[in-house]
Amino acid sequence: MTTFLGMPATAPRGVGHLRGDQTFPRAAREALQNPQLRRNLRHATTTIRGKSGRVIAELPDWQHLRDAGSAIKADVMSRLPDLLVQLEEKVTAAGGVVHWAADANEANAIVTGLVKATGSERVIKVKSMATQEIGLNEALEAAGIAPVETDLAELIVQLGDDRPSHILVPAIHRNRSEIREIFLKAMPGVDPALTDDPPVLAAAARRYLRETFLSTTVAVSGANFAIADTGTLGVVESEGNGRMCLTLPDTLITVMGIEKVLPTWRDLEVFLQLLPRASTGERMNPYTTMWTGITPGDGPQSFHLVLLDNGRSAVLADPAGRSALHCIRCSACLNVCPVYERTGGHSYGSVYPGPIGAVLSPQLTGIADNASLPFASSLCGACFDACPVKIDIPSMLVHLRNQAPHPAAEKAAMVTAARIMDRPRLYASAQRAAKTARIAGRRGRGLPPPLSAWTAGRDLPEFPKQTFRDWWAQR
Amino acid sequence: MRIAFFATCLADTLFPEAAKATVRLLERLGHEVVFPFEQTCCGQMHINTGYQKEALPLVRRYASVFDPYDVIVVPSGSCAGSIRHQHTMVASAHGDAGLASRSASVAARTYELSELLVDVLEIEDVGAYYPHRVTYHPTCHSLRMTRVGDKPLRLLRRVRGIDLVELPEAEQCCGFGGTFAIKNAETSMAMLADKMTNIVSTGADLCTAGDSSCLMHIGGGLSRLRSGVRTVHLAEILASTESS
Repeated sequence: MTTFLGMPATAPRGVGHLRGDQTFPRAAREALQNPQLRRNLRHATTTIRGKSGRVIAELPDWQHLRDAGSAIKADVMSRLPDLLVQLEEKVTAAGGVVHWAADANEANAIVTGLVKATGSERVIKVKSMATQEIGLNEALEAAGIAPVETDLAELIVQLGDDRPSHILVPAIHRNRSEIREIFLKAMPGVDPALTDDPPVLAAAARRYLRETFLSTTVAVSGANFAIADTGTLGVVESEGNGRMCLTLPDTLITVMGIEKVLPTWRDLEVFLQLLPRASTGERMNPYTTMWTGITPGDGPQSFHLVLLDNGRSAVLADPAGRSALHCIRCSACLNVCPVYERTGGHSYGSVYPGPIGAVLSPQLTGIADNASLPFASSLCGACFDACPVKIDIPSMLVHLRNQAPHPAAEKAAMVTAARIMDRPRLYASAQRAAKTARIAGRRGRGLPPPLSAWTAGRDLPEFPKQTFRDWWAQR
Repeated sequence: MRIAFFATCLADTLFPEAAKATVRLLERLGHEVVFPFEQTCCGQMHINTGYQKEALPLVRRYASVFDPYDVIVVPSGSCAGSIRHQHTMVASAHGDAGLASRSASVAARTYELSELLVDVLEIEDVGAYYPHRVTYHPTCHSLRMTRVGDKPLRLLRRVRGIDLVELPEAEQCCGFGGTFAIKNAETSMAMLADKMTNIVSTGADLCTAGDSSCLMHIGGGLSRLRSGVRTVHLAEILASTESS
């Protein structure tokens, strides 16, 4: 006999960063009016698109790699519970401790408790989307523990009391003069003669971070991958600051979304080719750190793995939406998205911006809390072509739009339009009536909302004297 | 060849010249064009705005109206994409397996105009004459849903008298996106602004594409700017001859 436990819960409200405080169109309006932001985003996304495109073109089997990545992820989702139990067994056998967190609140409580038990009042952090998602830094601060972001861009965001706006390049919205100001204002012990020369800025961050690495005994990380059959965790990064955190402290706590597990070590071969080329446009990422439990006398002697659900089981429950969990957080979809390029990441509200955020966030929170996100796309399809694991984001957006609550007036208009279009004679009469109504509008500039949204920047076409079907009938 | 013509609701109502041009072109090439009067709309606007239930009768209508024909042409990469990639999905989602299989069958016989010409009729030089400076915008759905590739350009390169100039950042979306243009009007306009800058930079008199919808958006913006650049559907260029 089986017991139905109900549908899996979505991510709880009041904690973490999966929800914005305004709708996408409203948030985007502000971003669109910021010329500095527009220029930064355009420059950064264009550069990374070019770089990524060049290294992808070098691989004759790129499309096969994408197919393989997609197939491995589909396999993982089909037997996720078994793989997670296997991972737990292997991590435990290797000397680690595995914790299961149903949501952000549980994960924050587990991590806070573990840090408190060490007696440390500070943790160093590896750049991690999962901990941004659950608002771990705020939870640690509330418990009197100071989290220090060690990824340069995350550090800029943290010191600026700001929010990340890109998955891979969280400070993409900042330029160097802004970064200088942030450092001068918030970085402990910074040289007041700091310039905005990038090497000078990097050196200032390095000096501050090195001291912190050497004097902090607890680190918190996320994970790019976890191998179920060996219990190995993996983090890929570019700066080496992640490796400092993963190797120097006594205690390492890793918070990982449950979808990150891979069945075998061999599967990494596919993802370590896909990820760097799709994300940073590198053939190989500079630092790949892998660890299996603890190694006596080498590296952290205490290792905790927190497996985070926070709505992921709810995503998994929807056959048409679950492939959003295949995402490897490469950001390729952000970098090719014409909407993201103009609105930036903050417009999406959630820590997951861009096309993948528009399909993932509403599923993690439930559609009602992120109802405007599935509409934040022209459905141009560039994201689908760019995705290294072939997530069909446009189709998923269409699927989620079908679940989203609709404004009453819009719904009435759409229902009426569909009824007319299913009756050819009525449709032909409506076509002629529309022509008459158009005369009153002077190229449509006097139209009421929502049609005024069209005519604010675009003229309406001249209405033809005759529809095609009337022309055809008269031939 | 006997070819059934799906005009699309937009061309039928607002851009009949594109639809008439498609008919003239195919007839000039020696084919018989039929226009089933019971056709209306493919339902893409409803599907993409989240009204699949309302779109279902339109999906059913398309399948039943066009099922009798071996070859169907549509002068829109976007509508062709919806017919091919969404109709079966909508039918299946509503538990109508019979309709799903009929939709798949009709979709397999539905061609965007440039596909019909190049793949089915195996012709690139359609005998057109169009003495204007033109730039071509490959619409997103024709590129990434219908996958027409460079077929429209192959057809345009064979047009006599045409001065075809390359559009910078051609594959970037123009910002139309159906109801996106209204629901996210400001973002849509920001995308259009960049598209218009690129179009104007070519010095072209006309911007062409295979979709009246994107052209309505681009043309509406160019008109508002008083840029002097007009839009014209691919079919209208291909239908033009020295005598027309």
